Amino acid sequence: MSTAKRRHPQNAYRAALAPYSVWSFLFVVVPLAFIAYYAFTDNQFAFTTENVTRFFTATSNIVQEDGTSVEVRTYLLIFMRSVKLAVISTIICLLMGYPIAYIMARAKERTQKTMVTLIMIPMWMNFLIRTYAWMTILQDTGILNGFLSALGIGMVHIIGTEAAVIIGMVYDYFPYMVLPIYSILAKLDNRLLEAARDLGCGSLSVLRRVIIPLSMPGVISGITMVLIPSISTFYISQKLGNGKFFLIGDAIEGQYVANNLHFAAAIAFILMLILLVCMALVKYVTARYVYGGDEE
Amino acid sequence: MKTSAKIYSGIVFAILFAPILVLLVFSFNESKSLSVFSGFSLKWYRELLNDRNTLEAVRNTLILAASATAISTVMGTAAAVGINKIRTKWYKAVMNTVTDIPMTNPDIITGISLMLMFVFVGRLFGASTSLNFVTMLIAHVTFCLPYVILQILPKLRQMDKSLPEAAMDLGCTPMGAFFKVELPEILPGIITGAIMAFTLSLDDFVISYFTSGNGFETLPIRIYGMTKKTVTPKMYALATIIFFVTLGLLLISNFVDEKDEAK
Amino acid sequence: MKKWISLCLIAVLLVGLCLTGCGGKKGLTLNVYNWGEYISDGSEGSFDTVREFEKWYQETYGEKVTVNYSTFASNEDMYSKISSGAVSYDVIIPSDYMIARMAQEGLLLPLNFDNIPNYQYIEDTFKGLYYDPDDQYSIPYTYGIVGVIYDANVVDEADIGGWDLLWNEKYAGKVLQFNNSRDAFGSAMYKLGIDVNTTDKAGWDKAYDELLAQRPLVKSYVMDEIFNMMESGEAAVGAYYAGDYFTMVDAQADNVDLQFYYPENTNFYVDAMCIPSCAQNKELAEIFINYMLSEEPAVANAEYTYYASPNSIVYTNDGYIEEMGEEAMEVLYPELGSFAGEYNKLAYKNLDSDTLSYLNTLWENVKIN
Repeated sequence: MSTAKRRHPQNAYRAALAPYSVWSFLFVVVPLAFIAYYAFTDNQFAFTTENVTRFFTATSNIVQEDGTSVEVRTYLLIFMRSVKLAVISTIICLLMGYPIAYIMARAKERTQKTMVTLIMIPMWMNFLIRTYAWMTILQDTGILNGFLSALGIGMVHIIGTEAAVIIGMVYDYFPYMVLPIYSILAKLDNRLLEAARDLGCGSLSVLRRVIIPLSMPGVISGITMVLIPSISTFYISQKLGNGKFFLIGDAIEGQYVANNLHFAAAIAFILMLILLVCMALVKYVTARYVYGGDEE
Repeated sequence: MKTSAKIYSGIVFAILFAPILVLLVFSFNESKSLSVFSGFSLKWYRELLNDRNTLEAVRNTLILAASATAISTVMGTAAAVGINKIRTKWYKAVMNTVTDIPMTNPDIITGISLMLMFVFVGRLFGASTSLNFVTMLIAHVTFCLPYVILQILPKLRQMDKSLPEAAMDLGCTPMGAFFKVELPEILPGIITGAIMAFTLSLDDFVISYFTSGNGFETLPIRIYGMTKKTVTPKMYALATIIFFVTLGLLLISNFVDEKDEAK
Repeated sequence: MKKWISLCLIAVLLVGLCLTGCGGKKGLTLNVYNWGEYISDGSEGSFDTVREFEKWYQETYGEKVTVNYSTFASNEDMYSKISSGAVSYDVIIPSDYMIARMAQEGLLLPLNFDNIPNYQYIEDTFKGLYYDPDDQYSIPYTYGIVGVIYDANVVDEADIGGWDLLWNEKYAGKVLQFNNSRDAFGSAMYKLGIDVNTTDKAGWDKAYDELLAQRPLVKSYVMDEIFNMMESGEAAVGAYYAGDYFTMVDAQADNVDLQFYYPENTNFYVDAMCIPSCAQNKELAEIFINYMLSEEPAVANAEYTYYASPNSIVYTNDGYIEEMGEEAMEVLYPELGSFAGEYNKLAYKNLDSDTLSYLNTLWENVKIN
């Protein structure tokens, strides 16, 4: 009787999982196989490694500040630049977002709700339109400079610089950093913090020894959710970078538009592999050192 | 809240809403410019209400977001319940990894990979169009699912495991136990997941760009298409309206909560 | 396990059904694919072309038709969607070189001119252009010339006249360049007097060096951003399509005085209506094209887009001439002698795939520098 009952729910759970398993297989796993297939074939769908090797070997000349030119690996350079901007943006997001998440988690419940919604509201405005609004703000003749000169402070030149692209990325992906951290911090057991204080920890060391380690899962998913889209964006760099920044997302989109689907797939494939390996590493390291080997 | 915390959150929210203020102001601009304010006018709101194509794009965007949310929430909830109960270690690892993929994959890759597959399959079947509303819907459901699942899983883990078992011992079917006992427990997670899915779907441009097709133009695609001519303040007017609608919804929901608490 | 398999099957079937089934349309549907903001859409009290067509069709043929109107951002964008077989549109409006390419690849259907009697209004000089020498596939919608826009409050009168202005170091940090490979290289090649359709890599290399030399002066590589930047005085020099200059003038800031001229060698382009081979309803598409050529929609579209129209009932229309104003008429319809002659000499043509991918690589290099 009892065993029959136990087996029965197990089947029900399996049935509940079935649609998702099928869906993920069809629309997550199979499409990735298609990326790989396109990456390793030419226009006639014959096998080739040319697209992939092109990513690593294509070269071009870059004029340096002093007027001399050097030869660089085109796509590796583009990739490194994307990583650099994305990492900076992620760090800024984290530094700005963590305190907000902390403040939110400590606020009254109703304030918490309001703040979560306020964080999410900008995401309901269209992403392209928000970026447009930033152009209006950051231009040399824009609102920020109008404001600064009204205050008697000089002009700042932001649009078209790395700073502008980073501002755009930080702004657009900020909620993705705050929300996961907040959801972990909000669940933190207050008794734990009190216990730490009772044991003689100062506020700072409570933060360092208790709160931050416990919020690591949130931090990691926040970092993932900001880093990934900032590496691959192509719209922000075009609009706020004055078209002078060419990131890996621009490269993929450019190849797609030029109808070089196979090379676009190759860039995407390599990018995907690098990111998957990095993320697996991050997970492994945090699992090992933060949780002492027990992740779940 | 401490004063320093108040000041800090004030600054952050000011930055967060600065562009929205800009949208708001320029939606009342008299001329077509998005950078030179020449006078107050309501004309862009009038224009917006007369622009059938844009309104249709708004409608399409909402239809897409709502259907994607419905499908991904139902499927995601079922999946979370299922994943939570998996005992086999490798199976669990596989499911976790598969759930992670759409999140750790840049959206441009998700978009391109789905597009390649749809086009390929479409050709195989000799279909006249292989990208359409359904393919966009599939793409949106795919990238929303993990967010829904990851909102629900923690709630399931927190839940007292003996509850559904007790219900079943008292004669509930597994289905009945789920709806009577588990569902109410994880409902907050489901709601958050659904809101996230809706928000993500609404905001997505990149994946829609690659998977959009015939006769179903969403707002981001329409705006992106304006890049030879210019984005008109009409779009700012639209954003302003969306802003006030969302703000209104927020106030209403807070008000309702307050009433609930008062009871 | 059985359940599992049956679910799998259902899902696969559903997907298959959707992919194939959604092609079948209920009632009459016309899918139109056009540039963004490229048709009179009823804004500012103008003529709502799409809705009026639906009304007109119902009145004339007694049948309901729904127009699905979608937009694209560039020729290449449109091409990659259509050539992959991913979409099916009935009417598309690409530019000349793209028409040549699509015709060559068999992506366009020959038009049946019996259904398009209004074709008679198209002036002869727009017939037999290089991209469609036998006038089989396309009917011109708009045409134009790329010119240089500058802020007369910043730029010296003495410096204007040629493409040199975009390379003038006096205006470093105030210059705008196109953010698409063809137009950017085009500007350099017109400046250097190189054939913009050359297959000689040396020619492209020279243009590349020219663009590299220009890069430090360039404020921004732009498409639609040029409107904001010129209007607000953010930039002072830029090249764009003639008609758009008037849109900018309408919105310019008080301290900005935008002016316009055509350099000696410059790009002539034609955007034309075509029916792609994936069209589902060719006859309806032809009726739509014919409608677009009739007086009211044609005038409304020309007024809306601010681009020149090859349609004789537009540019001889008194209301239109008055609406555009004298200056606009002069700029949009310059005395050319023969349009076809200038056009066939200066327009972009379809490049072979080798040259195209070489151009793309060079363009990426310009961008990463």
